[in-house]
Amino acid sequence: MSVTAQAGVIAVDKPKSLWRRNFRRYGLPGIGAAIIVLWVLVAIFAPLLTPYTPELVDVTKRLQPPSQLHWLGTDMLGRDVLTRLIFGARISLFTGIVVVLVAAVFGTLVGGIAAYARGKTEEVVMRITDLVLCFPPIILALAIAAALGIGATNTIIAMLVVWWPKFARLARSMIIVQRSQEYVEAAVVVGYSPARILLRHIIPNSVGPLIVLVTLDVGNAIITFAGLSFLGLGVVPPTPEWGSMVSEGRELIEQWWVATFPGLAILSIVLGFNFMGDGVRDWLDPKSRRW
Amino acid sequence: MQDLTKIAPTDTTTPQDAASILDVSNLRTYFYTDEGVVRAVDGINYSVAPGETLGIVGESGSGKTVAALSLMRLIEDPARIVSGEIKFDGRDIVTMSLEELRKVRGAGIAMVFQDPMTSLNPVLKIARQLVETMVVHGRLTEEQALDRAIKLLGRMGITAPERAVDSYPHQFSGGMRQRVMLAMGFSNEPQLLIADEPTTALDVTIQAQILELIVELNRDFKTAIVLISHNLGVIASVCSRVVVMYAGEVVEEGPTDKILADPRHPYTWALINAVPRIDRHVPGQRRLVTIEGAPPDPLNLPAGCRFAARCPFRIEKCEQHPELLEISPGRKSRCWVTQAGQDLPPPETSRDAPAEAKARTGGHHGETVIKRGERLLELRNVVKHFPLPKTTLFGKQKWVHAINGVSLDVAQGETVGLVGESGCGKSTLARVVARIHEPTSGSVMFHGQDIARASQAQIRPLRRRMQMVFQDPYASLNPRMTVGDILGEPLRFHEITQSEKETRERIAELLDVVGLTPKAATRYPHEFSGGQRQRISIARALSVRPDFIIADEPISALDVNIQAQIINLLIDLQERFGLTYLFIAHDLAVVRHISDRVVVLYLGSVMEIAPADTLFAEPLHPYTRYLISAVPIPDATIEAARQRLPLQGEPPSTVDPPSGCPFRTRCPIAQAICAQVMPPVAEVRPSHFVACHFPGQF
Repeated sequence: MSVTAQAGVIAVDKPKSLWRRNFRRYGLPGIGAAIIVLWVLVAIFAPLLTPYTPELVDVTKRLQPPSQLHWLGTDMLGRDVLTRLIFGARISLFTGIVVVLVAAVFGTLVGGIAAYARGKTEEVVMRITDLVLCFPPIILALAIAAALGIGATNTIIAMLVVWWPKFARLARSMIIVQRSQEYVEAAVVVGYSPARILLRHIIPNSVGPLIVLVTLDVGNAIITFAGLSFLGLGVVPPTPEWGSMVSEGRELIEQWWVATFPGLAILSIVLGFNFMGDGVRDWLDPKSRRW
Repeated sequence: MQDLTKIAPTDTTTPQDAASILDVSNLRTYFYTDEGVVRAVDGINYSVAPGETLGIVGESGSGKTVAALSLMRLIEDPARIVSGEIKFDGRDIVTMSLEELRKVRGAGIAMVFQDPMTSLNPVLKIARQLVETMVVHGRLTEEQALDRAIKLLGRMGITAPERAVDSYPHQFSGGMRQRVMLAMGFSNEPQLLIADEPTTALDVTIQAQILELIVELNRDFKTAIVLISHNLGVIASVCSRVVVMYAGEVVEEGPTDKILADPRHPYTWALINAVPRIDRHVPGQRRLVTIEGAPPDPLNLPAGCRFAARCPFRIEKCEQHPELLEISPGRKSRCWVTQAGQDLPPPETSRDAPAEAKARTGGHHGETVIKRGERLLELRNVVKHFPLPKTTLFGKQKWVHAINGVSLDVAQGETVGLVGESGCGKSTLARVVARIHEPTSGSVMFHGQDIARASQAQIRPLRRRMQMVFQDPYASLNPRMTVGDILGEPLRFHEITQSEKETRERIAELLDVVGLTPKAATRYPHEFSGGQRQRISIARALSVRPDFIIADEPISALDVNIQAQIINLLIDLQERFGLTYLFIAHDLAVVRHISDRVVVLYLGSVMEIAPADTLFAEPLHPYTRYLISAVPIPDATIEAARQRLPLQGEPPSTVDPPSGCPFRTRCPIAQAICAQVMPPVAEVRPSHFVACHFPGQF
């Protein structure tokens, strides 16, 4: 009501709020994309960026604070934190993105089929997802990974098994909303096959929230993978990985740099994916497409 | 009634000699958007006398709703009242403090909105919501308020109000909720009630009930009413004076009867002539009068008369902006032509009606008459029941009885209109014919082939001959495909075109047929207006060169002028391509205008089938008579003289339909036999079929 309190005055445009809106529309997705691109480049050119190797142990230099030689200090075994961070980007980014993308595609298809077919198919598929969702994801992934054996690949497979149901659930609800829209009925009347209607008409109109979930979830997957690594699955210790680096440093209060910098790395990439996710959602929606 | 009027201030003044209760002068409400300033309400003036009924008409985007919201200062960012005065009872609403404003809201001015489904709080009981509005102004205690709430609901025509107050909004139908909204509006006995399209979301019979109620309330409570509507018939049945808005301005103002009989602004003239009339049908005159173009871009309003670009009476002086001036006692107009004393002649009947249309006077449809008589579509005892989700694991399976044995023939080249209230099964029947739904039983013969049980793959070749146009132009086009893709996909899919070049040519041709430029192909649906989208929807239906089109309420979501354009387009296309239409609408006047034969549905059963003119002239089924009587006519003189047949109550539930004749529960001439035997659809007169035990006796 503060707006109407000024009534009676012919107001000019408010440049401040316009600037803020433009920043949200163009600025944040740009920043997000920049962060991600930066990390991807870091991951690719890791060996060129540092004189050290990530597994080089030198106990004489353990727990040194940030200095000119070691910009972000060293950890308990005297390894260079910056080097481990740089190489850790490879594993964290790769697992996070692969797990979420594969889970999203698989989950969307399963949810889409369930929502489009309705009836028994839907019941069966959705009860399976419920079954998976019943278990705490870390515990279930732990059990599966333990059964499959230690190793990054097995951990990724274990994570996929627990990861797809939430995409299936979301996709199903999105698609149920879309399938009663008149444009879908129009597609039926033209005579298209169910697969074509699902893939070409319904799913493109349902992906907005899915993409937001994907981008939010990459950070989540990176953290979960880190957690599994900490518990002895996932990567095997000397391999650098952000989550396990945080775990290693979490009891070192005075040597704050050991846990802080990998934590900031995770934060930056989660933020980056979030910012970019909003931009991608807007861009995918022709109604708000401005560029 | 005594209790209701007890707390009302004694008001013995008559509208004529009292000063106005609401005085709006030079009100401007602008929207500050990214693209620029939208002048939604741009300097409007009007006043309302105590106890008066004022109508505000205009198409969507004319600013009528924003103007109404401004009256209560219900304006939110980015909109803002930038200038003007709203004097209510001598005080200016625009500048008063929030505390004063709160007293005015509800107690002085009440508002009823269009959508009864969203304007009540779904998690609070009716009693709570009604009591709160009364107690909050500190005039009544809780018990008094509850007592009054029950009385008010009873006054609003809600049966068993003691029980009703303990219900939640979702337990009520749309019409009932609108009654609750009216009860809430009247609970503090406001001096002014603003009703923004209060009946637009309702069926015609329910609309008639609500309008009747509003008129009674105005009479009994002396509450002034501002009724906003796009429907001139609704305005004519309630309002004594009318204000016409266009592009944020008042373009005409005056007594309803005079304006409707003799409009003095070309826009009003166009509005009145664009509406087909249920009481008047000139054979052979199929095209409606339409005005070209669209309202001006609100970001970039023309300097001169805002209607000039579309005006058939345009003169040179229209380059300058006209003022709203008195042209005769009590009448104002914003038009150079009528201000100079000229008349706006009624449209010539031959206008917009090419030669082919005239041919229809003699033999229907000119050249397509050759093919006529050949049955295109035959429905026999079509039944469609939908299962309801079970409430308990071992509960009995309940069914929605959407369609209960409909038999119907459609001949090649004719237009069959399908009418009935919502929930009568019109849309379901359309979807069964289009085989979006599979019928529960019965047969659907299309081109001699039974498609009732066929699989989608088996029907696919027939899809090229049968297409559908949908109701909602905003939902019926895939928002993520360009118009070119929307039109091109069916062509490629059915291999109608062999090369990309041919596809592009055909798309351009289709766009041309429906009156759009070829440039439209590269744009997305959201870049078009509702009417243009409906044209795209029609183009998509035409893309596969069908001979039969099911049109499910294709014009209900459009403004009257756009409605007229789409009706004209459909008639053009029928004449050009010899199309057959199954035309579904709840607007009886439109159905009468476009249809050769009309089918009346009630609760999933056919009540009456007859040629359009016969049906409207001599309806034999009581339900048909009620339906026709409920339609308001945009002519104040006729409307005042008309004795409306009051159809009480609402259609019964389709989950548990009545035995025998479905209409018997509301029928005034129902007898014992009606509850036992469903009357068969019998040919009472030549080609006039009725399902009634006592046809024509009402």
